[in-house]
Amino acid sequence: MTKLFRLYTRFAAGFADSIIRPFYNIGDVVVFLGKTIRTVPNIPKSLGLIFDSMLEIGVRSIPIALVISIFAGATTAWQANYQLQEYVSMRYLGTAVSKSLILELGPVLTGLVVAGRVGASIAASLGAMRVTEQIDALSTMAIDPIRYLVLPRVTAAMIMVPILTIYSVFFGIVGAMFVSMYFLGVTKGIFIVGVRHYFYYTDIMVCLIKAFIFGTGLSVLGCYYGFKTTGGAEGVGKAAIKAFVSSAIFILLSDFIVAALAF
Amino acid sequence: MEKIELRGVKKYFSSKPVLRDVNLTVRKGETLAVIGRSGCGKSVMLKHIVGLLKPDDGKVFVDGEDITDLPEQQLYRIRKKFGFLFQGAALLDSLTVGENVGLGLAELSEYTPEKIKQIVTEKLAMVGMEGIENYMPADLSGGMKKRVGLARAIAMEPEIILYDEPTTGLDPIMADTINELINYLSTELKITSIVVTHDITSVRKVSDRISMLHHGEIIFTGTVEELDTTGNEVVIQFIEGRSEGPIKPSVKKYISDDEQRIRFNSKKRVEGIFQ
Ligand SMILES: Nc1ncnc2c1ncn2[C@@H]1O[C@H](COP(=O)(O)OP(=O)(O)OP(=O)(O)O)[C@@H](O)[C@H]1O
Ligand SMILES: [Mg+2]
Repeated sequence: MTKLFRLYTRFAAGFADSIIRPFYNIGDVVVFLGKTIRTVPNIPKSLGLIFDSMLEIGVRSIPIALVISIFAGATTAWQANYQLQEYVSMRYLGTAVSKSLILELGPVLTGLVVAGRVGASIAASLGAMRVTEQIDALSTMAIDPIRYLVLPRVTAAMIMVPILTIYSVFFGIVGAMFVSMYFLGVTKGIFIVGVRHYFYYTDIMVCLIKAFIFGTGLSVLGCYYGFKTTGGAEGVGKAAIKAFVSSAIFILLSDFIVAALAF
Repeated sequence: MEKIELRGVKKYFSSKPVLRDVNLTVRKGETLAVIGRSGCGKSVMLKHIVGLLKPDDGKVFVDGEDITDLPEQQLYRIRKKFGFLFQGAALLDSLTVGENVGLGLAELSEYTPEKIKQIVTEKLAMVGMEGIENYMPADLSGGMKKRVGLARAIAMEPEIILYDEPTTGLDPIMADTINELINYLSTELKITSIVVTHDITSVRKVSDRISMLHHGEIIFTGTVEELDTTGNEVVIQFIEGRSEGPIKPSVKKYISDDEQRIRFNSKKRVEGIFQ
């Protein structure tokens, strides 16, 4: 019994540690962000690189973001129907679904998907460059690696994550509409009236602000853990994990903060 | 005049001393070979010269300027004087061979793409690698990567070139070609060079002076003649490549399976007697 207890406390301590650990590096990450911001005047010189990153981060993430958002929309509609049917007219189904997609599910799910698909891959590829001295090689050629490797990725994520999020929200609402039409007996017209009702532009602004913050955070964290990689191939794998875990925590935390500030 | 100087450089990696007290000067236009055992800190020393690593103590001078505590942005100015051949070539594997060699030119010079292409072709030809501009680094052998790395190091026509084992992994004929190239760059273009190498043939062929790094210190510096007439046992053992001498290679003596079985059996027999 005591053995079991000890095992449990050790597990709990490890768990707490893995939650707290990302916070140890906050100062470091902020310094890294500062270095990145200092290279912003070089954006015109790096347009080609930024464009490549936009393709990689944005365009290639569309399929997965699409699939996930359609299902998220469909599920939200189904469950909103279940929750509302006793008390509220189905005219408000569209309202409930679109609000939750615009304000919460769209940005957060897109952020998490991109953190997994792109943030982790940024960390892995920069980590591999670090351990094979490619980043050092850039430095010795007098090419600032932050300018050459980090600036394009962060800029691209800042632009593409909000765009992806808008896509996700749109297709989420489409998914919800189909479920409403074919399974819940709510007509297209009623659903759309519901969406339009209480549609505020500030909601879209909050959605975009969230997406922008998530995109910045996940790309900076991916680059940061990539640059900090040590310990060969194993270190590269760890960098990818750290990038994803810290991005996920960052996204959920900043989501709450933005919500608390906005409303 | 001193082009590069290391003064009392010390470097620890998590309290393990790698450079204990390195004092080294490289004169303008000379080729200095640095020899020393594997793992003694030669690559670490080279990285101090371009500011990739900072000494825990001591100073690094380039052209008389103290670069030890220069901030990163200032260091780029210094690094433009250098070409650096990494031990592992360190080619960017997202770029083609041609883009790798021309990277510095594309990012830092005002040359047109045609001009850059022409320089790239020329430099690749100098290392015997013409016509592979469109290969990806992953498709090259180790020796080919090394030579592309060398082409990249000389592409910007630097004043100083640091070679980390330029001939390792090359066949003897190609190794000699690279030695010729190092000599050409030194005599014709007056480039100052440091050549880190284990290859004693290469040392004799390219160097004006030789320094040996041992236990974190420079224990010998001299010309090829002085190398041949030195009384320093450690240096003699190294250049003659013997395992017997003042340097004790820290490997377990190889014991054959048969011998192990015999030892094991006799041990058991001895234990048997005492029981
Ligand atoms: N980033 C690092 N972190 C920790 N230890 C390091 C690091 N870089 C080098 N070392 C250690 O410093 C020592 C010297 O390494 P270095 O690469 O300079 O050897 P070397 O003389 O170039 O050897 P070789 O001839 O095999 O290339 C080694 O013991 C190595 O373990
Ligand atoms: Mg080395």
